[in-house]
This record gives sequence, C-alpha cells and structure tokens, in this order.
Amino acid sequence: MSDPIALSAAEAASRVHAGALDPAELFDAYQSRAAADELNAFTWVAEEPPTATAAMAEGPLGGVPLAVKDLFCTRGVPSQAGSRILQGYEPPYTATAVERLEQAGAPLLGKTNQDEFAMGSSNENSGYGPVLNPWDRGRVPGGSSGGSAAAVAAGLAPWALGTDTGGSIRQPASLCGIVGLKPTYGAVSRYGMIAFASSLDQAGPLTRNVTDAALILGQMVGPRDRCDSTSLEFPESIELPTATRLDGAAIGVPEELSGEGIEDGVLRAFEETLHIAERLGATVKRCRLPHAPHALSAYYVLAPAEASSNLARYDGVRYGLREEAETLLEMYTRTRRDGFGAEVKRRIMLGTYALSSGYYEAYYGRAQRVRTKIVEDFRAAFEDFDLVACPTSPTVAFELGARTGDPLAMYMSDVLTVPMSLAGVPALSLPNGMSDGLPTGFQLAGPPFSENRLLDVAFALEQAIDFDAVPARA
Amino acid sequence: MIDREQVLHVAQLARLELSEDELERMAHELSGVLDHIERIGELDLDEVAPTSHVVEVENALREDKPRPPLPREVALAAAPLVLQDGFAVPSPQA
Amino acid sequence: MSDGAATSPNDGLDGFEPVIGLEIHVQLSTATKMFCSCPLSFGEPPNTYTCPVCLGLPGSLPVVNARAIHFGLMIGLALECELAPRSSFHRKNYFYPDLPKGYQISQYDEPLCRGGRLGEVRIHRAHLEEDAAKLVHVGTSGRIHGSDVSVVDFNRGGTPLVEIVTEPDLHDPVRAREWLELLRTTLRQLGVSDVNMEEGSLRCDANVSIRLGGSVALGTKTELKNMNSFRFLERGIRAELARQAELLRAGEPVVQETLHFDPQTGKLSALRSKEEAHDYRYFPEPDLVPIQIDEDMVAAARAQLPELPAARVERYESEFGLTAASARHLAFRVELGAYFEAALAELARAGDGHGGVDAAPVQIDPAVAQQLANWISGELVRRLGEEDPADSRVAPAQLARLVALISQRAITAGAGRQVLDRMVQQGGDPEGIVETEGLGAIASGDEALAGVVAAAIEAHQGAAEKIKAGNAKAMGPIIGYVMRETKGRADGAEVSRLVRAQLGLEN
Repeated sequence: MSDPIALSAAEAASRVHAGALDPAELFDAYQSRAAADELNAFTWVAEEPPTATAAMAEGPLGGVPLAVKDLFCTRGVPSQAGSRILQGYEPPYTATAVERLEQAGAPLLGKTNQDEFAMGSSNENSGYGPVLNPWDRGRVPGGSSGGSAAAVAAGLAPWALGTDTGGSIRQPASLCGIVGLKPTYGAVSRYGMIAFASSLDQAGPLTRNVTDAALILGQMVGPRDRCDSTSLEFPESIELPTATRLDGAAIGVPEELSGEGIEDGVLRAFEETLHIAERLGATVKRCRLPHAPHALSAYYVLAPAEASSNLARYDGVRYGLREEAETLLEMYTRTRRDGFGAEVKRRIMLGTYALSSGYYEAYYGRAQRVRTKIVEDFRAAFEDFDLVACPTSPTVAFELGARTGDPLAMYMSDVLTVPMSLAGVPALSLPNGMSDGLPTGFQLAGPPFSENRLLDVAFALEQAIDFDAVPARA
Repeated sequence: MIDREQVLHVAQLARLELSEDELERMAHELSGVLDHIERIGELDLDEVAPTSHVVEVENALREDKPRPPLPREVALAAAPLVLQDGFAVPSPQA
Repeated sequence: MSDGAATSPNDGLDGFEPVIGLEIHVQLSTATKMFCSCPLSFGEPPNTYTCPVCLGLPGSLPVVNARAIHFGLMIGLALECELAPRSSFHRKNYFYPDLPKGYQISQYDEPLCRGGRLGEVRIHRAHLEEDAAKLVHVGTSGRIHGSDVSVVDFNRGGTPLVEIVTEPDLHDPVRAREWLELLRTTLRQLGVSDVNMEEGSLRCDANVSIRLGGSVALGTKTELKNMNSFRFLERGIRAELARQAELLRAGEPVVQETLHFDPQTGKLSALRSKEEAHDYRYFPEPDLVPIQIDEDMVAAARAQLPELPAARVERYESEFGLTAASARHLAFRVELGAYFEAALAELARAGDGHGGVDAAPVQIDPAVAQQLANWISGELVRRLGEEDPADSRVAPAQLARLVALISQRAITAGAGRQVLDRMVQQGGDPEGIVETEGLGAIASGDEALAGVVAAAIEAHQGAAEKIKAGNAKAMGPIIGYVMRETKGRADGAEVSRLVRAQLGLEN
C-alpha cells in the first residue's frame, strides 16, 4: 500500500470510507511524524488516537487527523495560545469549531505552535520558541498560524486549523506553499477560540490543496453557534470544487495591493497566475480599493485596542501564571510582566493608548471610520468584479530574526491581507509558484459568503498552475 | 509621538511593569508605529459612520433557561491559589 | 419615622439648598445570568454557579439574556422612559479581582432607556450591565506573605443589573428616601427584582451637593456609596449635607470625592482613592451585536405591566375618593393596596357599600371606602407592623364586615377595636366575636343606658355642675364612666344626648 502521508486529506478520507485505509494506521503515521517534529510546529501531540476513531472515520472527514492551532481551547489538553501566561493551562471545554470537526470525523492530532495570542507574522513571538519553515529552516514560516502551516507543508499533519485576524492563515500558508482560507467573518464560531481581536478573528483551514480546504470548511460552517453572538448561518452548503474553466469570471486586481513594496519575484509569480486565469477564460482588469493604503494603520489601532481589553483577563487570579506579591497591584503588574512577551506588551500598550481618555476619537474612532471606507471599497469593487486578486505576502519567507528588531517592518508583512480582514470578506491563499526557491501565494477575495466561488476559481487555477513542489521531508 | 511619561501612564492602566530599558524602548517603538498610524489623520472622515461590526446581525439573544454550571473543583482547577473554596488574591485595600 | 423626626429635614443648612441625584443598581430576577446560562445564586456555596463565560475563561463569549432585555423594557415603560430603537453594549475596562474579564460589559452611549420620570423625579437613563463577583476579605494568610488576603466567589458575577440614574431633582433626604421607596415598590410590582436593600438586590449611591437657595448653578458634588438600607440612605445624605454646609460656612471648598457612610458612627470617610484616576476606556463590545428594539418586544413588555403605584394613587383618589395621604399609603405598600381592594370588593359584593347588590360597577360610598382605608392603614397596620395582612388571621372579607358593622352603627368604633384585637390574635368572624363578647352597640332608647348615665352623673356631680354652667368640655369624665360600664358599646353621641337631657339641658 502507498504511503498514507502522500495522500491529500480528501484522498485519505475517501480511502478510509472505502475501507482501503485503516484510520488508526493513518493516525499513527501522522502521530509518529508529529511526535518527531523538528520544526517546533507542535506544542502538544496526542499520544494515541481517540478511542472513538473507528466511529469518527464514518463521518465526512473520514478519521483524518487534525492539527489545531494552540489558540483553540481543547478540553483537558494544554491550550496556551503560544503564551507563557497560559503555560500548562487545560480548559474545561472545547471550542465549537474543533468540536464540530471532531464530530465530523477529524480526531485531534496535536496543538500547533503560534505567535503569542496570534500577534505576529513570523511565529517568532511564540512563548515556546520559533517555528522553522520546512522549505528553509533558517527562515520563518510566517504567522501567526505558523505551526499549523509548517506542519501541513512538512507532512506532519494532513490538515490544520488556524486563525486569521489580519492575515494569520493566509500569510503563513503563502510562506509555506500551502492553501489557507480565511472565511467570511462570522461563518465559523469563535466560541472557544482564545480572543486576539474579536471583531476580526476568524478560524479557517490550512490544507495541502483546495479540495481539502473545501472538504473541511464544509464541516466548520453551517447553523449559527448560539454561544457566539457574532456567528452567522452559512446560507448554502460548501461543495467540493470542480471547475476547470473560468469563463465569465471577472477578476479585479486592486492597484493599491499589486505594486509598490512587493518583491519582484512575488509579483512575477502573481502576474503569471493572472495570465493563467485569462487563459482559462477569466476577465482580468485593474480595479481600485482607494482606502486600502490606510488599512494597515486602521488595523494596528483596532486590533491592539481590542486585544488590550481581551488580554486583561490574564491577571493571575483564576488561571495561568501568577507572580505572588504583597499587594494586588504588584501581583498584577509582575504577573503580566513575566507572562507576556515583548510583542504582546507592545500591542497592549498601543491598544490601551488608543482607547485612553483624550485619544479615543483620534485613534480608535478614526480607525473605525477608515474601516467603514474599506468595507465600502470592497462592496464597490464587487459590483464590478466577482473576485479580487493580489499577492498574499509582499515577500517570500524571510530569515529568522530579520524583522524582530523593527516592529513596523514586521507589521508591513500584513499589508496585503489586512484589508480583507477589516472588510470581513473571505479570502484564500493559493500556492503560486516559486521565487528564489521559496513559495509565493496568490490571494483571492470575494464578497461575504462567496466561499464556494472562491474555492471553485482557486481549484481551476490550482489545476492549471500544477504547483507540485514540496519541501524536503524528514 | 509618545513620551516616557505617557508610556508610564499607559503601562499603569494596562497593569504592566516595565523596566527602565523597556520604558525607553517602548516609547521609541510606539512613536514609530504611531507616526505611521497617524496618516489616517489625513483622511476626511467627518461624514463617515464608524464600523464596530462587519456582520449585520442583530438581537442574537439567548433564552433565559439555566444550564448546569461547572462543578466547583473544575472551576477552581486552574487557580493559582485557592482558599476557602475561592480564588485567593492579595486584598485590594492592603 | 425619620431620625430626628421633629425637625425639618433641611434644618441647619442655613438656607443652602440640597441637590440630590440617585444612582440605583437593581439585580434582575431572571432565571439565568446576564450573559451566560448559569442560574442566579442565592447564597449557594462559593464558586458553584459558574461557567467559562462568567469565570472569564479564555475563548468564552457572552450572549445576551432575552429576559433581561424584556425586564429592562418593562422598567423603561414603568419609568416613562424613551426606549431606544437600537441599543448596544460597551466594555468598561478596569482591573479588579471581582471582575473576571478585566472589563465589565455595560452600556454607554446607546442605553436601553433614556429620559423618563417617576413621581417628581426625572430619570436620566436606565441601562443593563453585569454584576461583579463577591470579594470577601479573609484576613492574613501564610500563603501570601505579609499580605491581607481576599477570596473571590464568582457565583454573583454576571447577575443582570439595571442601573437607573436620576436627574438631581431631590432636595431633601426624607424625600430621597421616600422616592427610593416608591421606586422599590414600583420595581417590586413589576416583578423584575427582589429589590431588597439588605440583600443587595437594590443598591443606591447618592450624588449630593448644596447650593445657595434660588441659585441655578450646581455646587461640587460628592458621591455617597452603597448605603444598604433606606434609613442609612437618609442618614447618610443628611450627614453629608451637614458636612458640606459646614465646609461652605467655614469658607472651604467641597472636594469632589467618593464617600462611605458608616451607620455605626454616623461618620463619612473618603474611600481610598485607587492608584490612579479612572480611565475606563469604553469601546463597543465586539463580542455582542446591537439590539434592535422592535414593536413586538415593546408590546410584550407593555402587556406585562401591572398597575403601578403612581397610577394606583390616582385611581384610589378618583375612583374611591380617598384622601391623597391615604391613597399614597395604600398604593406604595403593594400588599396593603391589594388587601384594601379585596376588602372593598367584599363590601360591594355584600351590598354594604350603600351601592346596591346588582349595580355594576358598584359605587362604593366614599365615606365607607375612606373608613375602610383608615382601618387598614391605622388599626390593622398598628397591630400587624410590617407583616403582610394577607398572611394574618384577618381575611379581607372579615375586616370589611367589621367596618360595615361600625358604619351601620351596629357596634361602636371602640368595640370595633376590641373585635379587631380578637381577630388578629385568634381569628374569627367579627359578628361571632361581637355576639360572644356581647359587644353589640346599645340601641338608642335603651332603658339600661339611661340608668348607667344617671349613675355616671351621680358619680361626677362636679362635672355635672360645670356642664350646666355651659362648659361642654366637662362631659368627658361622665362619658368615660359610661363607656367603662358598657365596655364601649354605647354610642358617644347618644350618651352625650342623654346626659344633657337628664340635666335638663337643650339638645
């Protein structure tokens, strides 16, 4: 029998359904790879398959094991959000998204490393050490879902769950040469997903190909979760993509997101894919998102502001790290001093400042108005185009340590992904060829709930691009 | 721009203890980021409504029906310090 | 009942006018908490009514309790507020051990209710929020070196609260207390809260300032925190007014601060200021979506509004012709009002209301209604104290028949009081008690009564002389004698007529 690791998740699931693959054997194959992880992609690996694996295998996900970003709460399993302040923390409940996937037949393989509280674009902000990019271990895998991306790219997991606040699924997917999908805001329940910026956070899959993404997404969306007030019922079921042609598809390429500040190699790969799209019958035209250049600024006000409040609960009282002190104030300030890393502190400071008396309107209020303009920009673009396309990341994977000294340079990594996050629209990153021996990502975004269209177009492009490079596997 | 005094005040609000070094570095880094952010000041946004939610959901209400609470030992399981079945802290007024 | 009741509440203020506004927190009596499905706790063992949401565990999210909105709307309607067509929640950020998320979910610029009025006091706003947990000081412990230790119990955390803020429309401490009593009665009748100050389901802070009488500008105000009884509220405000007047007389400024009133000592002390000025960094709660108040929601709330005290006062005055004081007394103590109406219904049913059995609606003679009201507010309450008369041995129908006996002069008022004593102590029908105790009024023209009167005159010759000399007031001892002898069964007017007749005077 062929190596189960070589199968895509969807292939593995159909073999399990056909009785041609033993789900326990599949689990073991990945378990032993994940346990031997040299990329620091995992922070916890299950020791054995859940006892219910046989039953789970009958579900639509066929018992194909799932790596889950550490940001998701998993009952009785360490859920540390990449932070020292939650070291060893085991929640008493499981996140809705994970629970739905388990019920659909995906057993938990392990928890993946990430930037602390999802704040970062390189995974260097993890309290548990950086994740290495499987294409080049001297480089970052991107972030914040870097562990999930590296694990999938390196064949340590068939697929993985990540979260995306400003690009945290798409950018690492791009840097690791896999598919990453951020669904429409509200499509996937946030209940049990440790909050970074509530109005932006969205869970989504990281997969080897578009079909796998569609298969798993179909089990994440559905009826709204009554535990999450912002969750929405998905208006249709997610279909496995089949398109081979793109006739009639209108793709807009925002000027603001396809020129300045993007590496030549990345742009070249992007433009090649646009040509492929045209060859498949799509119309490709330039378009405008006039306020996109201000998206990053708005994002770096809104996300830190929400984060400063979301992270106030880490106070040493009910769970997590605590530094004992004689006074309550000292207990608070020392616990948070020792528990949070530098980037988290920076964003808490930034967000606290932006909300503080006298500055609210100038920062938070203005940023919310910029957000309105960005939502309107996308709405206008989608009147003329079915989808918009741009590169996912302005660069390929950069070297470890290259941007850690310059927060602003690091924030620039998100410049092409943040606009979609602010607008709440679905966006997908598709491997798009190589530049300097490293993968690049092609980003597609559509109107809210256009996931089926997005997956279909991505699928057609994927077949035509025929990106078959994989990193050297250990 | 944000000066050292402001950084101290904000750190106090955020309950973060910063060393002298961190204080200086934070003032420098935040100033750089804020300079960039302040470009949104150039936009004319007077007539623009703020967006708090991108989803158009309203009245996501819950029926007033009780569900079983967590057993106490589960609620207290992760607590750093438990006294008298509660979460112990240094007294606020101490 | 006020402390130092003999003096006017604002004595000693040298013409300064008090300006008082109240901030009231009301715990709603929903089945579950504001943002999670934990049941509300009533003294259960600590930390047994919690869940990931009200413990503020990572990843948990709030969901608004529909009944809390419903109760909020009922309160808004009762207080004649403008109900927001759209309402939203904000986060109020600050650190405290009783606040599990590091912020309280409250309302800021889009409260559920705005404006409004209850009695003479305008309502500024009413909004929904979640209660904090309970922080109990347990003294020193070896576990935290050299420090006093407190322990947090999250059972109460997340209980739904409505915060009601008044305009500064109150001008004396007695009225402040009376108004708060009116608010309590109103909320109790709505059935939205236990409204018990001692148990903390009703909490009141007061904003107090004074200004020169006639001045429009407000003085610097201080905030009095958490006075946990109606009496303490009144005393706290009184003490603070006196303190402020003293300061101003001495030419010193009033400093804006938060004060705690110690009912034991009657002293006010500044609450230790926190380490910093508050900066709550309010911003829209991203985990909750706005609430759109539609007509159905308002209609549902309106349908459940009972008659409220203010309306009830009006009805008692217009429908039954009660005096204002009497109407207020019965309307503000819900249970007395209910008892009164039950008794009144009995009078009407029995046709004793001088209105005729078949007439509908029965017209109750205002004099009879007033007499019934007086007997409930006066004699009955005097005997029962705070007890709900519905829980006493005296059924409303029985009291109604007692009052009917008196109004028909079948017994005298004095005998009625004796009958009521027996009814309260042992129960029983008034007629039966009158019968067995022989308390029936002595009919006019009764020979025996004339004899008793003659004996009374005999025993009080001096008084009789004075009466003959034209001093009507001298009648007292003679009537007293007759009443003693007849156990109060004689009618006073009849006795006095007989005395004058036997002394040969004109009647």
